[in-house]
Amino acid sequence: MRWISAALLSVFAAAAWANDVGQVKVTKGAVHVERDGARIPAVVGMPVREADRLVTGADGTIGVTFADNSLLSVGPNSTLAVDKFSFNASTHEGQFDASLQRGTLAVVSGKMVKQSPDAMRIRTPASILGVRGTEFVVKVADPGT
Amino acid sequence: MLPGPDGKSGTVVVQREGTRQVLDTPYAASHVRTDGTLQGSPVSQQQVADSFGTTLAALPARPTVFLLYFLAGKDELTPESNSDLQRILADMRARPVPDIVVTGHTDTVGNAESNDKLSMQRAERVKGFLTGIGIPQDRIQTAGRGERELIVQTADNIDEPRNRRVEINVR
Repeated sequence: MRWISAALLSVFAAAAWANDVGQVKVTKGAVHVERDGARIPAVVGMPVREADRLVTGADGTIGVTFADNSLLSVGPNSTLAVDKFSFNASTHEGQFDASLQRGTLAVVSGKMVKQSPDAMRIRTPASILGVRGTEFVVKVADPGT
Repeated sequence: MLPGPDGKSGTVVVQREGTRQVLDTPYAASHVRTDGTLQGSPVSQQQVADSFGTTLAALPARPTVFLLYFLAGKDELTPESNSDLQRILADMRARPVPDIVVTGHTDTVGNAESNDKLSMQRAERVKGFLTGIGIPQDRIQTAGRGERELIVQTADNIDEPRNRRVEINVR
């Protein structure tokens, strides 16, 4: 039986890898990741997956690198959802959709945008940003300001 | 829009309902007015620092490629690359949980098979420098590409120092 469980383990390990689209590289203050209904405190080294929501408190910031070398950072009092991320490391084709629901976001686009402009889209409650490159910031104003 | 390392900006197209604005110069900005329309007007460097300083400070280090060059037929660095090494290791040390790919290459002296082996030895040598400063093995992938990816295209059996290299990609 031992070899069967070893084989199963490696299948699960491979599956976990396939879901990982990015990695947390920087955190400060209160930050957590909402995944499948759970709130997981964000720590450096933690993988980021499609459908994750990055949520920061008043003193929180988080920086993430993605598989295509895109970089994102989220400021305090913010919520960013990673709606869709796919990337083919051979062709550099892919799609990256994220939604800034509140707060601030900084972006340095990566290889997929270099390959196909508009592969990356950022949504805010008021607009859609089609990204052809490269570095920019986005802010969703608090309601009432 | 922010200027990149070369001082130029890329392009972002902002869309809201039927309207769109193209932002393609440093500090170009689009604002959604309270009546819902888009207003294009640039912001100052100071406004960006005030509104986004904390956010920008959390951006991870830029993915980077470093090159190290080797002595002919050996897995030993050239004297120049040997002195670059400390600077490169300092950059690596500053990155939390780095993802590193180390790829070895050769020139066209010797046969393809021995060059595959030599390129892998070069990559493993560089991996050794990285694990030597405490980077865990499982964060470093190595590959030997032999003489398949020449930087300077040459005929077979040409001694070309620029082709004898290891590329370190770090994210």
